[in-house]
Amino acid sequence: MLDLSGISIQVLTGQVLIGLINGSFYALLSLGLAIIFGLLHIINFAHGALYMLGAMFAWLLLHYFGVSYWWALLLAPIGVGLFGVAMDRLLISRLRDVDPLYGLLLTFGVALMLQSLFQGIFGSAGLPYDIPRELRGGWNLGFMFLPKYRVWIILASVSVCFGVWYAIEKTRLGSYLRATTEDRALVSTFGVNVPAMVTLTFAAGAALAGFAGVLAGPIYSVSPQMGVDVLTIVFAVVVIGGMGSILGSIVSGFGLGILEGMTKVVYPEASSSVIFVAMVLVILTKPSGLFGKY
Amino acid sequence: MSNTQLNIISEPDVAAIPDVETPSRESHAHFRWMFIALALALLVIPAFVYPVFLMKVMCFALFAVAFNLLLGSCGLLSLGHAAFFGAGGYLTAHAALVWKLPTEVAVLLGTVSALALGFVVGALAIRRHGIYLTMITLALAQLVYFVAMQAPFTGAEDGIQNVPRGTLFNIIDLKNDVNLYYVVATVFFVCVLAVYRLLYSPVGRVLRAIQGNEARAISLGFNVNRYKLAIFMTSAALSGLAGSMKAIVFQIASLVDVHISTSGEVVLMTLIGGVGTLFGPILGAMVVVMSQNYLAGFGEWVVFIQGLIFVLSVLMFRDGIVGVISKKIGRPL
Repeated sequence: MLDLSGISIQVLTGQVLIGLINGSFYALLSLGLAIIFGLLHIINFAHGALYMLGAMFAWLLLHYFGVSYWWALLLAPIGVGLFGVAMDRLLISRLRDVDPLYGLLLTFGVALMLQSLFQGIFGSAGLPYDIPRELRGGWNLGFMFLPKYRVWIILASVSVCFGVWYAIEKTRLGSYLRATTEDRALVSTFGVNVPAMVTLTFAAGAALAGFAGVLAGPIYSVSPQMGVDVLTIVFAVVVIGGMGSILGSIVSGFGLGILEGMTKVVYPEASSSVIFVAMVLVILTKPSGLFGKY
Repeated sequence: MSNTQLNIISEPDVAAIPDVETPSRESHAHFRWMFIALALALLVIPAFVYPVFLMKVMCFALFAVAFNLLLGSCGLLSLGHAAFFGAGGYLTAHAALVWKLPTEVAVLLGTVSALALGFVVGALAIRRHGIYLTMITLALAQLVYFVAMQAPFTGAEDGIQNVPRGTLFNIIDLKNDVNLYYVVATVFFVCVLAVYRLLYSPVGRVLRAIQGNEARAISLGFNVNRYKLAIFMTSAALSGLAGSMKAIVFQIASLVDVHISTSGEVVLMTLIGGVGTLFGPILGAMVVVMSQNYLAGFGEWVVFIQGLIFVLSVLMFRDGIVGVISKKIGRPL
């Protein structure tokens, strides 16, 4: 390991905390991408835009209707999920029989539309969203200051990720989902409504992105382009983790967030590119990704 | 609705092989006339249209042709082509401005650097298939973007400005728009002709075979990865050449050229014109650059319209303009 004598424990824990927070978002977003990919075989390029949409919904709810953060945390993901239903039914479902790359291009176009739409209305400057009263302040641990809201982000992300993992691996609906991923024709002969399931899956992935967006609002400001850079990073996370396993995307999301935080301590200039470098190393050594099946 | 398939999925699926046209000598004889028409058009058109605008169209058209070389003939979708376009531009601009190299050497340097970058990105990306390959190209292009933002010689937000156009071979003064136009037009024409020759060569047939059924191409004894890497590098070099020429024409290299939005634009051009056609990307580039000029007053809404065109062409117009015409007349275009 590197010589840590010159690095104070405050800086180190502080950056690990920031890494965990970034990792929380990477995990939520790559999880959504992975479940969508599992069933629809398309990479949702609008995922960053859906994350932005979640944050925007929360801001609009607060600004125009006075809806609190806590209600927004429930309502905005539902809104984004409904948007996902519309997107799948109206657009993506028309491409089921063609090459999945067209699905990618379609969602890319949707992302451009969403981002420029909000930029046209609200401008490109960030819109402030205050941290809810209950989560302001923090705890002084002696060696560092621990803001409450940051702890909340990590807790919320870990519990939602666990909930999704549980829903997919341990419930009846989840078993249908896994079966549909394996053999869609066979599952439909058992009377399962496969098209509805596909739409539901897309909506769930979209809602996850929307949830991440609401969480992100108070710490990064809400802006139309907020999903652009994070999406590219999440793609790298997905390539590193491989999309074969749910747990894999969660673990690599958090792991790479921490890696990014640690790099900020040791060599700040490389912190924005370390995940991409990690991706290159993984491609060279294990092309299918750390947890990938194919 | 057409059932056009790009077929990049790794599993061999004999039933899903698209109707790849098997080009014979007769079926592409009409290309000779197309090229003669193109040459005449390039010769005459600056008398009617502003040459700088034409040069912009040609730079992007070459870029789109290079991109389509990868997608149309081999089924590899790169969403990181701005990296090659931008890297070529930056290197050329730096070489011409700071190193004071002659224009032709600067452009060559930009092209070679894009070729080298294409080797690195291509070698990594072709280790995966389909959607993963696309994500890898995107992520690596983002890495190039970060480098362009932080490196000392790229000028960050300002870019490299006031790049001298210089004189070609110490004879032709390139500060004159019309002179520069004919140089760019010559390079453009030669490159498109070269791409055409490549596509209808034995190499081109192997590429089609890889696109049609990769596993079968491997079983026939072709070193598929070597072909893929070679075509990736060719595509990167041509993209770099396009970017280099753009840096000379507009005398600036900037962050926009390496940004993902540029990678998206080149996909859009190819899609509108027709994936897998030779002249489609050229027409697509023309349409997109022209629409940007006409819609410039709408500011941010240009991107919205581009997104809408993306969605509509994927849903209803996957063959593209030239693709539709090509199907109508039953010949490749």
